[in-house]
Amino acid sequence: MTALAGLLAHGAALLLLPPLLLGIIGKTKAAFGGRTGPPFLQPYHDLLKLLGKGAVYSRTTTWMFRLGPVLSLAAILVAGCVVPLAGGSALSFTGDAILFAYLLGLSRFATITAALDAGSSFEGMGASREAAFASLAEPALILVLAGLSGSSGDLSMTGMFGGAARWETASGLVMAAVGLFLVLLTENSRIPVDDPATHLELTMIHEVMVLDHGGPDLAFIQYGASVKLLLWSSLLVRLLLPDAPGAAGWAVWALGVVALAAVVGAVESTMARLKMPRVPQLLFVAICAAAFAMMFMVK
Amino acid sequence: MEQIAQLLLAGTIFLSFALLGTASLSGCVRLLSFQGYCLSLLPIFIHQDGFTPRSLLLVAGMAILKGWLVPKVLLHAIREVRAVRETEPLIGYGVSLLIGLAIVVISALLAQRLPIPAGVRSGLLVPVSLATMMMGLYMTVSRLKALTQVIGYLVFENGIYLFGLLISRDMPWLLEMGVLLDVFAAVLVMGIVIHHISREFDSIHTDRLTQLKG
Amino acid sequence: MSIELFGVIVVPFLAALAALAWPDGERRPWLLPAAAAVHSLLTVRLALASSVPAPGAWLSLDALGLLLLGLSSVLFLGCSFYGVEYLRRRRDRDNRLFTACYLLMLSASSVVAASRHLGLMWVAMEATTLSAAPLIYFKRTDRSLEATWKYLIMGGVGIGLALLGTFFLALAAAGPEGGFVLQLDGLLTLGPRLATAWLKGAFILVLVGYGLKMGLAPLHSWKPDAYGEAPGMAGAALAGVVTGCSFLGLLRFYQVCLAAGQLDFAKDLLVFMGLLSLATAAVFMVSQKDFKRLLAYSSVEHMGLLVLGLGVGGGGVFAALLHFVNNGLGKGLLFLTAGNIHRAYGDKTLGRVHGALRRVPVSAALFLIGAFAITGSPPFGLFLSEFLLLKSSVSAGRWGVALSIAVFLAVIFVGMAGAALSMAQGEPPAEPLRPGHRDTWTSTVVPGAFALALLILGLHVPAWLTARLASAAALLAGAP
Repeated sequence: MTALAGLLAHGAALLLLPPLLLGIIGKTKAAFGGRTGPPFLQPYHDLLKLLGKGAVYSRTTTWMFRLGPVLSLAAILVAGCVVPLAGGSALSFTGDAILFAYLLGLSRFATITAALDAGSSFEGMGASREAAFASLAEPALILVLAGLSGSSGDLSMTGMFGGAARWETASGLVMAAVGLFLVLLTENSRIPVDDPATHLELTMIHEVMVLDHGGPDLAFIQYGASVKLLLWSSLLVRLLLPDAPGAAGWAVWALGVVALAAVVGAVESTMARLKMPRVPQLLFVAICAAAFAMMFMVK
Repeated sequence: MEQIAQLLLAGTIFLSFALLGTASLSGCVRLLSFQGYCLSLLPIFIHQDGFTPRSLLLVAGMAILKGWLVPKVLLHAIREVRAVRETEPLIGYGVSLLIGLAIVVISALLAQRLPIPAGVRSGLLVPVSLATMMMGLYMTVSRLKALTQVIGYLVFENGIYLFGLLISRDMPWLLEMGVLLDVFAAVLVMGIVIHHISREFDSIHTDRLTQLKG
Repeated sequence: MSIELFGVIVVPFLAALAALAWPDGERRPWLLPAAAAVHSLLTVRLALASSVPAPGAWLSLDALGLLLLGLSSVLFLGCSFYGVEYLRRRRDRDNRLFTACYLLMLSASSVVAASRHLGLMWVAMEATTLSAAPLIYFKRTDRSLEATWKYLIMGGVGIGLALLGTFFLALAAAGPEGGFVLQLDGLLTLGPRLATAWLKGAFILVLVGYGLKMGLAPLHSWKPDAYGEAPGMAGAALAGVVTGCSFLGLLRFYQVCLAAGQLDFAKDLLVFMGLLSLATAAVFMVSQKDFKRLLAYSSVEHMGLLVLGLGVGGGGVFAALLHFVNNGLGKGLLFLTAGNIHRAYGDKTLGRVHGALRRVPVSAALFLIGAFAITGSPPFGLFLSEFLLLKSSVSAGRWGVALSIAVFLAVIFVGMAGAALSMAQGEPPAEPLRPGHRDTWTSTVVPGAFALALLILGLHVPAWLTARLASAAALLAGAP
């Protein structure tokens, strides 16, 4: 019975919570800017509005263009099954960390191929940037995962992100958190890597790839992005905050995720976007932090 | 305790990398100052019985010297010669970072082959100090401005200081004093030299110091 | 610590302080010979006393230290008498810092010679490095500034690496529960119990660090610049004393390697560095355009010969120590006379300096003698030591090494003799010599004395010197 309740709660949080994070980030940025900003629930309205629209497809596109958003969202949602939220994950087995990494890769692949399929030079440019930065973010993720599996002796995501803050490897945890946070910013196209609110195609990374998508496709993409943000936030929260059974655990987790969204908002408000050549240096820092995390934790 | 020491060591390496990738001179000095503070805190965390009066004194001395005084002298020199940034390093910043990475790997391998005596906690101290030294040396040889060379040299000195921590517990007072005084003297003399170079050449580009050949 | 030993360290130091405080630039240089004379007297007393170091002492003189102390005392004494005259001619420059640093260098090199503690020795070595910088920068031209800059940045790196090597050695000597040793007696007693990995690392680092200060190839690039731009008397001190200090530093680590039974490893490295230095010097000397830089490369060559002697081992060690003395005297002779010639012509470019035998006859003749002596021509001391070196490398079965030495020495002889002869002979320039730049009694008697000493050492090595060299060599040859 409790297992079923946990599963339901997991599903509900995974499906319903993500747009709220976008709302919190938007609200934080508004607060830093001295504005009231859109309401917290604005992203839900936007998504509903987009879902109600029709889609226009260019004659040059093929089935890949239509497949992209769907496949991307599906991959992210499946990845969400193996990521532990508050009480553990919906699905857990040895080696699911690899599945997680590759599902995210698949989602990115779908977005990139769809962007290339549109045949626009801007989208191609965005796709190449996305691919380049993602390929730099991935080693950091793998190193953090390796370190965590070394210290916990477990190869499943639930075991690695066990939610118990371990003091004997505190330095490793700090390093892992730094690495994961930078990867989070990169994967979710946040400042200082990418600016989701920019209006200049030349400086865009993620946004420029989805310019040609409209209606439900765009809704899928935006919803998928928000789910991805939730997944990464959850990992970071589970890494740092202690676990508790039942409702208390959910409360701690939700608080952590919300706080993290606020932190992301604060980073976005206080930092400028990095110049494009500096982004690899930031990711280099992430890789180094992850490498240190691994060294500290495995030892 | 050990965890804090490890974080400080990681911070040291990060700062070395940041120094390799920074073009602005005052930015470099600021990073160097952070590194100085990181290093100066280490003596109380690295050994099992860290909080002795002697190590506290060492902390205070090093923090003042490496974190405050040396950067202050360097900033003064920068203002004096009106230098802003390293314009053309011999090797680009991106490649420098990769070389830095290679250096870290090499020093980790080297450190594995050297047996650490008992009583010293962090096995990371040796690789981190070797890496810091090599990065400092690399900076010294790959930059053209006199000031960046001095900054590289100071990073090298920081690495040596880190290594000295391994034996600082049992080393006599005299040597610690000697190290401090000598670092101080070296920087001082170099500062004077730079001062003169600026006066003679109007800029501190060692690239121009190429009259003597063969 | 005996009162004499205390004196050789403290007297020059106090004199340096006095030089800083002395207001009168005309009389200040007289502090140099005064302090050097006291230093020499005390050194003679030390040499007459037994040279068995007190066990466990930090400062105590053994046979090797005595050798360095004696040589530096002789060189400083000569150079400081010469220096009074020189500094009087260079009234345009403030000599306060120069005089003080010269004396400081003497004090620091005495500490190096007497150190039985490798950490203390490193501190003194750093002091010699720093005190040499103002000597190189004495002329305050942009060229001397360039030379000083290179010297400082490279010297700084070298001294840093040497410190690291010293730390490595302390770790090699670490017992299971800490307790590091850097006192020489302690290290020698530990002997084979030293951790091999750390010891090898220490020797490599010190070879690079102190080797950089000695000017072994490929770490010599600061040397021609610094020697070329420094005044003659500073060049003599640099080439004879500062390199000697670094050489002694290397010898101490060699001693430790010997006690630990790791000598074969050290020897291979030394032979390699030595041959490389010889080759570098040969290449650069043949095509050299500047006679002071030529002397710098000659110094690279002789440093190479010194470490070769150590690397060959056996009789080579004795040869190296004898060569150490000869080279110091020869460098004193050459740098002082080269300074005279440089002044008489206002130029140090080979091909523009001709006819020195007619312009400054005594200096030129002495320079010529020095050039032949330093390349190992027969009646002089260096012939003897180089011959001994060749002989011991042959008897050690290292034919390849011996052959390479002979070939490189021949090439170097051609380069050096060609340069010296073209300077001495030919038609001197038409414009008359300024009166202050003529050979005088004070500017030539000191190099003359050095030349005489070299000649005597070539004809007959006195028994007291042989005995002391032998006991110093015994420290490096594993004799009980």
